[in-house]
Amino acid sequence: MTATLTPTTGKIGQSILRKEDPPLLTGEAKYTADLNIPGAVFLALVRSPYANARIVSIAKSDALAMPGVIAVYSGAELAPLWAAPMPCAWPVTPDMLNPAHHPVAQSQANYVGDAVAVVLAHTDAQARDAVEKVVVEYDASEAVIDLEDALSDRVLVHPHLGTNKSYRWELKPQGDLSEIFANAVFTVKERYIQQRLLPMAMEPRAVAAVPQPFGGDITLYSATQIPHILKVMAAITLGIPEHQVRVVAPSVGGGFGCKLDVYAEELLCMALSRKHGIPVRWTETRSENAVATVHGRGQVQTIELAADANGRVQAVRVHIIGDMGAYLQLVTPGVPLLGAFLYAGVYDVPALSFECDGVFTNMTPTDAYRGAGRPEATYAIERAMDSLASKMGVDPMELRSRNYIKPEQFPYTAMTGLVYDSGDHQAAATKAAGMADYAGVRAEQATRREAGGTKHLGIGVSSYFEMCGLAPSRVLASLNYSAGGWEAATVRVLPTNKVQVVTGATPHGQGHETSWSQIIADKLGVSPDDVDVLHSDTALSPLGLDTYGSRSLVVGGIAIVLAADKVIAKAKAIAAHQLECSEDDLDFADGLFTVRGTPDRNMPMAAIAFAAFTAHNLPDGMEPNLEAHTTYDPPNFSWPFGCHICVVEVDSETGAVEVLKYVAIDDCGNQINPMIVEGQVHGGIIQGLAQALFEEACYDEAGNLRTSTLAEYLVPAASDVPSMITGHTYTPSPTNVLGVKGIGEAGTIGAAPAVINAIVDALAPFGVHDITMPASPQRVWQTIKEAAK
Amino acid sequence: MQISMTVNGVARSADVEPRTLLVHFVREQLGLTGTNIGCDTSSCGACTIHMDGESVKSCTVLAAQADGAAITTIEGLASADGTLHPMQESFRQCHGLQCGYCTPGMVMAAVGLLNENPNPTEAQVRVGLEGNLCRCTGYHNIVKSVLHCAAG
Amino acid sequence: MIPAAFDYVRAGSADEAISLIGQHGDEAKFLAGGHSLLPLMKLRLAAPSVLVDIGRLRDLSYIRDAGDHLAIGALTRHHDVENSAMLHEHLGLLAHAAGHVGDPQVRHRGTIGGSIAHADPASDLPAVMVAVDATLVAQGPNGRRDIAARSFFTGFLESTLAADEMLVEIKVPKLTGAKWSFQKFNRRAQDWAIVGVAAYKLNGSAGVGLVNMGSTPIFASSTSAAVASGASAADAAALANAEAEAQADLNASVEYREHLARVLVRRALQECGAN
Repeated sequence: MTATLTPTTGKIGQSILRKEDPPLLTGEAKYTADLNIPGAVFLALVRSPYANARIVSIAKSDALAMPGVIAVYSGAELAPLWAAPMPCAWPVTPDMLNPAHHPVAQSQANYVGDAVAVVLAHTDAQARDAVEKVVVEYDASEAVIDLEDALSDRVLVHPHLGTNKSYRWELKPQGDLSEIFANAVFTVKERYIQQRLLPMAMEPRAVAAVPQPFGGDITLYSATQIPHILKVMAAITLGIPEHQVRVVAPSVGGGFGCKLDVYAEELLCMALSRKHGIPVRWTETRSENAVATVHGRGQVQTIELAADANGRVQAVRVHIIGDMGAYLQLVTPGVPLLGAFLYAGVYDVPALSFECDGVFTNMTPTDAYRGAGRPEATYAIERAMDSLASKMGVDPMELRSRNYIKPEQFPYTAMTGLVYDSGDHQAAATKAAGMADYAGVRAEQATRREAGGTKHLGIGVSSYFEMCGLAPSRVLASLNYSAGGWEAATVRVLPTNKVQVVTGATPHGQGHETSWSQIIADKLGVSPDDVDVLHSDTALSPLGLDTYGSRSLVVGGIAIVLAADKVIAKAKAIAAHQLECSEDDLDFADGLFTVRGTPDRNMPMAAIAFAAFTAHNLPDGMEPNLEAHTTYDPPNFSWPFGCHICVVEVDSETGAVEVLKYVAIDDCGNQINPMIVEGQVHGGIIQGLAQALFEEACYDEAGNLRTSTLAEYLVPAASDVPSMITGHTYTPSPTNVLGVKGIGEAGTIGAAPAVINAIVDALAPFGVHDITMPASPQRVWQTIKEAAK
Repeated sequence: MQISMTVNGVARSADVEPRTLLVHFVREQLGLTGTNIGCDTSSCGACTIHMDGESVKSCTVLAAQADGAAITTIEGLASADGTLHPMQESFRQCHGLQCGYCTPGMVMAAVGLLNENPNPTEAQVRVGLEGNLCRCTGYHNIVKSVLHCAAG
Repeated sequence: MIPAAFDYVRAGSADEAISLIGQHGDEAKFLAGGHSLLPLMKLRLAAPSVLVDIGRLRDLSYIRDAGDHLAIGALTRHHDVENSAMLHEHLGLLAHAAGHVGDPQVRHRGTIGGSIAHADPASDLPAVMVAVDATLVAQGPNGRRDIAARSFFTGFLESTLAADEMLVEIKVPKLTGAKWSFQKFNRRAQDWAIVGVAAYKLNGSAGVGLVNMGSTPIFASSTSAAVASGASAADAAALANAEAEAQADLNASVEYREHLARVLVRRALQECGAN
């Protein structure tokens, strides 16, 4: 393990400005709703105002009489258009219950926002006006909102299933945990709520389907993270031959997991555009987005730790209830599993038991949201570690130090069988503590506590591991996931030595074009400006598994390295042929092949590229042109890690929390573009901090979402959040050639427990032991009050 | 109804429904799709443009109310020769954008902010951008971009 | 996001506006800056059939020294109120509070008259009006009348303004040299206050208004009287809820809201120099 970034004289490791920026900064970039699609008509959806209601009747005549209306369809009328129900790609257990889910409900609406009918009209305004004229009669019943209530089966979301429990998934321990717990010197048992969150990518979803009525082909433009997966799923769901489907993701305005899905509106636009032979489009409004786009989190967690007299954790036992919402979307049931392996955190724990009950509720389906399962797991273990520290009277950083997996233990085979590639948690923690002046804050805290007052200082720590780089296909198979985890790439050197890189990763803000160009620049000895990265269109990039789970660089980035290696190998054969030497005698550096020992005998890549194009003088049997394709299946997940420290001041009179300092040390191995890494960390932290302090999807008992606009759902603004102090350690991954790990979700994973640990620490003198997220002023005030009782 | 206004220095007129919002007018009738729509409650600021030199949320102004006004959208900010406006350049230099969706509104709000307060503190920048939401950057580099631009 | 269809007419004068609203009856609404009305219309929570645009009545945008008081045109934008040197000198409380309405973009369009006429108890400026005992000038078919701000607000989004009346001017006292405080407690800067307090103290007089503590902006008369007669900040703040009728919402229970009112009123009064 090295502790410093590998020095580089090339483009890798440089904070090169993003190639993506000029079109985004000038308004030139086109998001889906910006596309000019001649002749397109607009789709609008009639959505259920009830969380659990039988559809008694749908009267369309008033709507049909409205100006510009082309058609109105009920779910039952649309039924013949579906070859299969909407897909769930992760049947986590063989007996998982998965009710048929169609783009428009056919007899029963199961959450507020569930589509019950659709309107097609010439303009968006006409379509939305007509929606108000569709008269739907409902027979509404009681809704199930609470997870424990749902698990009791008191009220059933899908009565024909006979239960609300979709599945139970278990990670069974090897030994007998009850014995460990019985013999433990210290135990803690905590219950945490992971509130539902609304992903709120700034771009709401948008879709446009353009059919070719006389050829049968269809192009779907969608604000999606997953054009490749969507193409397969749309073909299956609609019964269209896959080769006739093209999916394009134009500029996409953020995803955070919520655009990692196959949505009703995508299928509806495709099906209706084929039925009517005209382009059909739909653009989501924000309040529609709040109910019609998947939600994140939604878990009730119970975690128990058993520790010895020194606080060394011997076992972790976890049970969670996972809120599926009303239906299983693309990977809904698998989200809690992505966290399952992380409930022992960054600690050398011999035994872990994990059980998850996935339950249906009368709410919008949940699915992946930045971190997907891993922030939840990290929160539980990091909060529980603080509880253990508090119970033992040990400083939380000291307790962590006693439990960290040591650098020399890597690669570390965890009790789950997974192998953690590399790490140095103590180094990250020590660096974070130094930058946060941990000792100084503790001293000031003691002074303030002595002096009394209403402004209470707290400091919170969280150490995390992220399991990312989804994923080795065989591991996904063992988890019953219905696809692989590979990524595809093509590297093509054009006759003039410009390079096209085709990637199956699908960026939506992460800067792939820049980072991929840096990698290719170093590999082939060209300027990053001479590299064009093609992506997000299944016609340009037919193979790919897209972007989520911090996978793009550690899977897709490695794929382009390997494709470039193949290009270099071919170029070397051409150079050897033309220089009349053995390939073994050639060195390649900075775009130049040189005969070893005879530097004036050389051939630049530019000459080879042109020679490959003309094909006048290639080795016998060699195909013309200089391009290579790779599909790379990673041998392991990658394991970024870090330590975050948050300092807060809590006003015990009002309950207001102010973040005074936020320090993040993140280790994602080698960095391709430190500027982009930094940006990912910043954004991730604020999303995690927002879960801790601001955001919650609030439902009333009837199943109405009370936070359905950005006026009520508190995505924080610049004025509401702090600056951050970031730093890094550099522990390369030994499992890939770049030594890289992922960074897209790290900030979100580290942040929420650091913030909440700080608040609980601040309130310790009141006897406060825990606070539920979000730690709103009212909740802080209430928690202090209840602790005093 | 008939309306006329100057948009990015060009006189434009059109027949619109009274209910047409200014943002829909510039996007759909003028094809200036750089201005984005991120919410329906005047909360997110993605649609921020300048009306007679001041930042406004174009989702909360009727096109009819802008009749006769001088409008600048993100498309009108860079020079005709392609040189970015200093604020756009600062966002690029400081990595003040990721997915780019909030960016046109954020940049327009930031330009308006410096017009009114050319030398803001960090706290003033943060409060000055309170009407614009971003989900990617955590605002850290946006704030840095505005301060960078102010420092010239 | 797209309002229901309506007819739009633009008034060239206050008289014309009043006449237009009279012609169109209950289904018509005045449109000033539009920052209270248009958001409701976009969500189709309001669907007036006619909008009478008064936004161009430039002669109703002014801040004047009227001798014993300041006169503010109803169409004066928050941004102009916030930046008025005259207000900063004589009624800093109002200028400061206007700088906390919404966000900069909202303040470039929203008007003081629109905000007051909308009569939202969660808005900042109505509470300032009751705190300083402003006088609101309404114009109707039969001319102008003065209405005391403290008796203007009658219920949630309701006031004594008749359907065919328009707010044309706000008369505020000159509280030159007063100590004042504006406390806005919220979770995000751009949001409405969970609880807000507008307070001033000048010699023997004092006024305290509360934001979001009832179905109308609240004049905390008991607290105000106690301060005026020399009570300590803590003692006066204990009376903060005497006139309030707090309601619960997502951000605050009744109990928490009342607690916040006491804390914020105390802090405001301390800033105003009460003991």
